[in-house]
Amino acid sequence: MDFLTLIQILDSTVRLATPLLLACLAGLYSERAGIFDIGLEGKMLAAAFFSAAIAALTGNVWLGLLAGIVASMVLSGLHGLASITFRGNQLISGVAINFLASGMTVLIAQDWFRQGGRTPSLSGGARFSPITLPFAEAVEDVPVLGPIYSELISGHSILVYLAAASVPLTWWVLYRTRFGLRLRAVGEAPEAVDTAGVSVVGLRFAAVAICGVLCGIAGAYLSTALQAGFVKEMTAGRGFIALAALIFAKWRPWHAMWACLLFGFLQAVALRYQNIDLGGLVIPVQVMDALPYILTVVILAGFVGKAIPPRAGGEPYIKER
Amino acid sequence: MADQAPAIELRGISKAFGPVQANKDISISVMPGTIHGIIGENGAGKSTLMSILYGFYKADAGEIFINGQKTDIPDSQAAIAAGIGMVFQHFKLVQNFTVLENIILGAEDGGLLKPSLAKARKTLLELEKEYELNADPDAVIEDIGVGKQQRVEILKALYRQAEILILDEPTGVLTPAEADQLFRILHRLKDEGKTIILITHKLREIMDATDTVSVMRRGEMTATVKTYETNPENLAELMVGRKVLLQIDKAPAKPGETVLDIENLHVVDQAGVERVKGISLNVRAGEIVGVAGVAGNGQSELMEVLGGMRPGTGSVQLKGQPLPLSGLGSDGQARRQQGIAHVPEDRQREGLIMDFYAWENVAFGYHHNPEYQRNRLLMDNAALRADTERKIEKFDVRPANGWLTAKNFSGGNQQKIVVAREIESEPELLLIGQPTRGVDVGAIEFIHRQIVALRDAGKAVLLVSVELDEILSLSDRIAVMFDGHIMGERLPGETDEKELGLLMAGMNGEAA
Repeated sequence: MDFLTLIQILDSTVRLATPLLLACLAGLYSERAGIFDIGLEGKMLAAAFFSAAIAALTGNVWLGLLAGIVASMVLSGLHGLASITFRGNQLISGVAINFLASGMTVLIAQDWFRQGGRTPSLSGGARFSPITLPFAEAVEDVPVLGPIYSELISGHSILVYLAAASVPLTWWVLYRTRFGLRLRAVGEAPEAVDTAGVSVVGLRFAAVAICGVLCGIAGAYLSTALQAGFVKEMTAGRGFIALAALIFAKWRPWHAMWACLLFGFLQAVALRYQNIDLGGLVIPVQVMDALPYILTVVILAGFVGKAIPPRAGGEPYIKER
Repeated sequence: MADQAPAIELRGISKAFGPVQANKDISISVMPGTIHGIIGENGAGKSTLMSILYGFYKADAGEIFINGQKTDIPDSQAAIAAGIGMVFQHFKLVQNFTVLENIILGAEDGGLLKPSLAKARKTLLELEKEYELNADPDAVIEDIGVGKQQRVEILKALYRQAEILILDEPTGVLTPAEADQLFRILHRLKDEGKTIILITHKLREIMDATDTVSVMRRGEMTATVKTYETNPENLAELMVGRKVLLQIDKAPAKPGETVLDIENLHVVDQAGVERVKGISLNVRAGEIVGVAGVAGNGQSELMEVLGGMRPGTGSVQLKGQPLPLSGLGSDGQARRQQGIAHVPEDRQREGLIMDFYAWENVAFGYHHNPEYQRNRLLMDNAALRADTERKIEKFDVRPANGWLTAKNFSGGNQQKIVVAREIESEPELLLIGQPTRGVDVGAIEFIHRQIVALRDAGKAVLLVSVELDEILSLSDRIAVMFDGHIMGERLPGETDEKELGLLMAGMNGEAA
């Protein structure tokens, strides 16, 4: 494997890891506040559809992004209503959101565009285009560092940089601010937050809202940056892989980034090497495509050591004496 | 002092939960700089009253005055602002946060943590000096003991500048030494002018620590008296509403043949630590043998081996028959068939299944008995429920409803369910650990009577308790355990708390 191939695989890793990372951080906010969110997948899917649809209709990708975020936040609000206000089962609410998004997107797409449940292909201003960072072309010919800068670091859409920036930002919010302290506390011991005179409901809704925004960006990225338009079930389990990455990372932001890069890398390898020939033994493409999902199962089965979720996770808070 | 406004005055507080009147027209006033006790049985409405004062519940009627000012307390924020701090029975701490983080939670100074943490660290040092409340600010809560965790709760309240401190059953989880330390701290706080409300059902704490005491019964405040003007018997009567015998009335024991004979028993726990180091002890028919000792000196392990919950080595005979201590025939089921009934120390973890109905819990361990079987395949639930009704009535379990889950009963009634199950199995030997931990006065008397009745029926009883009073009043013979050894045996009439205390601390009475 030559150096350029490696750079290309890593470049592809970054692009594929971005939606995972955004969804993973979305889940991190929600679960750190004690609201388990199995509906990341559905929120991403809804956001992917609405951002592609609005971008296709208006020709403006920013309006598309906004529509995606709004769609995702509406579903988040639904999850919050079910699991915070009405103290329902968070898993069931999440599953319902996934089904709702899966059916709704195709139905509306067919009704609006009549293209078999997809949106028209996006181009020009209806898509996020790659950004060339300053000096990228100038340093292209510098050995090693040149390609790393111009190929790997430069040339992604704005959302990739946004995702990267949200990792340190999340870490800072979580560990350096009052909001972060309370957010972590409400996922561990809501009764401590409540008796300290802080609203458990308010904090949890704030966390769920942030989750909605990040899932919205993740979905918009899928249909308007990574690909050019929405197709049925285009999230392809990314919401669940993001959850696996979140567990793998033990609910910590920097670890979440590395976990998502690992999953992204596997997806990139699978894309690049459709059939791997190991001295006569050909590994079929299906195996490569399945690799990220197999890793998910392995990780979820607990082969990575004990992951302790936030203690109050999944439990509705009921005041008691 | 006389013309000073009370720190807290409640006027006509009432609160109902559905048909249950938890608080009925309660009025009370607490003077500043005093320790005021509130005593009552479980379910008397003490916690509800304090929850109203801390803004957890809204009273249906009544007014609250803080330092003479009428104050509305709609939520905890308002209570904190009014200078009220509360230490709950179950601590409200974030387990994986540091002491410092727990203290500032909800009382941060701004959006960023750094300045808040620095300020809190400084204040904490001052508070530590002022009240001798030392706590390492960087220790993580789950790594420190319950006594220290409780201190963090007190510091939390002081950090919020609480002038009034409410403690709900603060000694329930503490060792006697930790409890002593807590009371020293409380007196120190009182000397600094803080007002303290102490909620408890332990008469002794009230007598030792408080200046005035209010008694609650079934949602009503039945009396408020100066502590030095009353005595434990009087308070117990006010609490329960009838005369209570604090000292159990029992005939002299008539011991018969030896039922349990332990020789050179050793127990090694999962971590490889030897917990019981070769003890020998016997219990005769018609006799209660009490094992005293500070928790963690091997008593629990002794009970667990005899109850079939863990393996041991040595020789144990029950009515002359050797008992297997490991392997086949040493499990809990086998023990019950051998005639040993066991009321475990931790009833919620080992004595009951909290989410199961009372009638299901009444049969556990005995559910294989022929009287509960309809045929080879099916159980006879109707027989089980009828049996439960009988036991509920006999043991005065309240509420008398077999269809409630175990967790819906108070501690005392949970214990009655376990005791009913084990005593009614008519065992040769009853193992009973901490029979009255977290149980209120009325129920304590009842459970003690049942234990004595079993003895009088000619059965053997092995009692383990960390409460010396209980050991002294129930036992016909007392063995003291320390560090896995039996330090000595005494007869209750020929010893006192002081001598037993020395033995419990590992000092041999004769040598001292």
